[in-house]
Amino acid sequence: MTREMTGAEMVIQAMADQGVKHLFGYPGGAVLPIYDAIFAQKEVQHILVRHEQGAVHAAEGYARSTGKVGCVLVTSGPGATNAVTGLTDALCDSIPLVCITGQVPTHLIGNDAFQECDTVGITRPCTKHNYLVKRIEDLPRILHEAFHIASSGRPGPVVVDIPKDIQFAKGVYSKPKEFPHTGYKPKLKGDLEAIKAAVELMTHAKRPLFYTGGGVINSGKNASALLRELVKLTGFPITSTLMGLGAFPAADPQWMGMLGMHGTLEANMAMHDCDVMVCIGARFDDRITGRVDAFSPGSKKIHVDIDASSINKNIKVDIPIVGDCAHVLEDMVRLWRTQAKQADKKSMGDWWKQIDKWRARKSLAYRASNEVIKPQYAIQRLYELTKDKDTYITTEVGQHQMWAAQFYHFQEPNRWMTSGGLGTMGYGLPASVGVQLAHPKSLVIDIAGEASVQMTMQELSTAVQYRLPIKIFILNNGYMGMVRQWQELLHGSRYSESYSEALPDFVKLAEAMHAVGIRCEKPGDLDHAIKDMIAVDRPVLFDCVVDKVENCFPMIPSGKAHNEMILGDSGVSLDDAITEEGKMLV
Amino acid sequence: MNANVPSSTSHYPTAPTAQRDVTHTLSVLVDNEPGVLARVIGLFSGRGYNIESLTVSETEHAKHLSLITVVTTGTPMVIEQIKNQLDRLVPVHRVVDMTLSGRSIERELAMVKVRGKGDNRVEALRLADAFRARVIDATTESFVFEITGKSDKIEQFVALMLPLGLVEVSRTGIAAIARGPEGM
Repeated sequence: MTREMTGAEMVIQAMADQGVKHLFGYPGGAVLPIYDAIFAQKEVQHILVRHEQGAVHAAEGYARSTGKVGCVLVTSGPGATNAVTGLTDALCDSIPLVCITGQVPTHLIGNDAFQECDTVGITRPCTKHNYLVKRIEDLPRILHEAFHIASSGRPGPVVVDIPKDIQFAKGVYSKPKEFPHTGYKPKLKGDLEAIKAAVELMTHAKRPLFYTGGGVINSGKNASALLRELVKLTGFPITSTLMGLGAFPAADPQWMGMLGMHGTLEANMAMHDCDVMVCIGARFDDRITGRVDAFSPGSKKIHVDIDASSINKNIKVDIPIVGDCAHVLEDMVRLWRTQAKQADKKSMGDWWKQIDKWRARKSLAYRASNEVIKPQYAIQRLYELTKDKDTYITTEVGQHQMWAAQFYHFQEPNRWMTSGGLGTMGYGLPASVGVQLAHPKSLVIDIAGEASVQMTMQELSTAVQYRLPIKIFILNNGYMGMVRQWQELLHGSRYSESYSEALPDFVKLAEAMHAVGIRCEKPGDLDHAIKDMIAVDRPVLFDCVVDKVENCFPMIPSGKAHNEMILGDSGVSLDDAITEEGKMLV
Repeated sequence: MNANVPSSTSHYPTAPTAQRDVTHTLSVLVDNEPGVLARVIGLFSGRGYNIESLTVSETEHAKHLSLITVVTTGTPMVIEQIKNQLDRLVPVHRVVDMTLSGRSIERELAMVKVRGKGDNRVEALRLADAFRARVIDATTESFVFEITGKSDKIEQFVALMLPLGLVEVSRTGIAAIARGPEGM
């Protein structure tokens, strides 16, 4: 459709044409014309957050749980700068977002006007792309281009900065059919020769494994289905990064658990000892590789990634394949099937025997207690009591996040929303708001820590306002737990500023914010309390008081290799664990 | 012992030092739009890459295209990263490694101001002639020479001018183009 309208109306019309149902935002002087346009229509519902960072995280949660583009609207100056953390988070974790920022009128740009900042300058390194709109004629194209760029290729956040006079200006709106960007053409199909070589290498592997990541989730549900098919066909073991959890069902016997710094022993040992590594949609991040020069020394590596710059960045690979995970997996499955490939039974049997030996070490084991709630136990009970429901999990960042990744088991993609790359404390609560909005009937739980949750606590008001019954499950150990763990491990137990002083009474806080507060301090009461939490059809702040000094194990300590993990054993102090040969495995 | 043994207080591995630095000339074809140069430069500074030389100019007005020629140093792995990171920028159309293709011509222009009298002045003029530098400005006590060529030729000329009264040099940075009939 083509008709004349104001720039502000174009913003909302373009969103409606893109199928956007919800927009997270916060008003201000430089976006008032757009808020006027929102007022005049019903297609796009605006969700009023309490801080712009919350708007971006909510949009991230929305995007990750649905696979759609998340939308944000903030004002100029502080509105834009407050959004920067969320934008950076979305860039690191490849989340498709379109963020509209208001800007001072064109003639005032560069004048140090009230609430002016160089939004495109500030957001250039933390977005996939950004625009400053200087002519109303460009606005319709830029708006649709923003959605295209955000959602295609390796997804990411796109900022469109719109001066106030452009919002008032009238122009002709139409949805463009194509985009003139000749330089931007993400490659979906992988090079077939390289895929053939990869399949050939996999056929002759003796100790192979799959190492998958968030790219499989981003590639869509079909990619997860194809991954499952390929893993079944080949019989290879599989591990995944924090970002990739859920692409392959954790209940499957071929699943080795998460890998990396707090990954399972079997996953990390298999990474170290494998002879063929099939990396799909992961990026050899430093939390995965540990010491680079000791990373999987004897393996041939296949790397599938839609972003060519992820390949050979940290680790040199043998067969690089640039392409979309689903497309490449489809080719791999087809080649494996048509050529009736079969991995060598004998060596695969030996490989699985070895993996089972590592599994037998039960690297996630912890010492149970009847006195205090162990954080691992809390997550285990939460999992057992919610696994049969339609559940989505978000997290903040820290120990609770790692325990959630270890003890909450995901069977489906898009069910797990966590800040992986940037590690943003305060991500989980607003993200759960976005998830709950997209899935109003589902159970949405933010597994949180008492320190993280205070960073974006105010978004509980948003949840209350829109009647979003999110459950905030706080593992309250009175510390910034991961900071405390590192101080214990690396800084001689000098707990500098890592103690959560003057904590609020979370139950009273919840009540003051018109939510429901529940506190649980004894392991025996936990099941009952969790059931109460699930039964409430309102936002719940669940204060789960856990063991103060529990550490997150296993752990690859400072600059060590995969085969130098330390396991938890409450009988031995950490200092001894690091030096004592017996705690160093293999 | 391995020289890369990390310090005990950081999880991050120390930088690998196995590869030698190499110098590459990259031609980057971009949309001629505001901010595109900032994107390219921001990428280099943000990721800690080096810029030895940088030239930018519009090449095809009708198509709104500009050509950025950048000379950079780094390990082969870093050079590959730079190319891939540049290619990832939305307004970038093509990245061509002129060093890798091996069949490229590189030229630079410099304007060199020399001040002197007597024998020095004669000698400067004679050397300029030998280097095919042109005089584009003259006073009774100074010359401005224009010289075009490869960077090492220009550096040699500048070195020779130094004792003869070199005042200042203005260089364009390197422009590069591939030999043969094919375009980039």
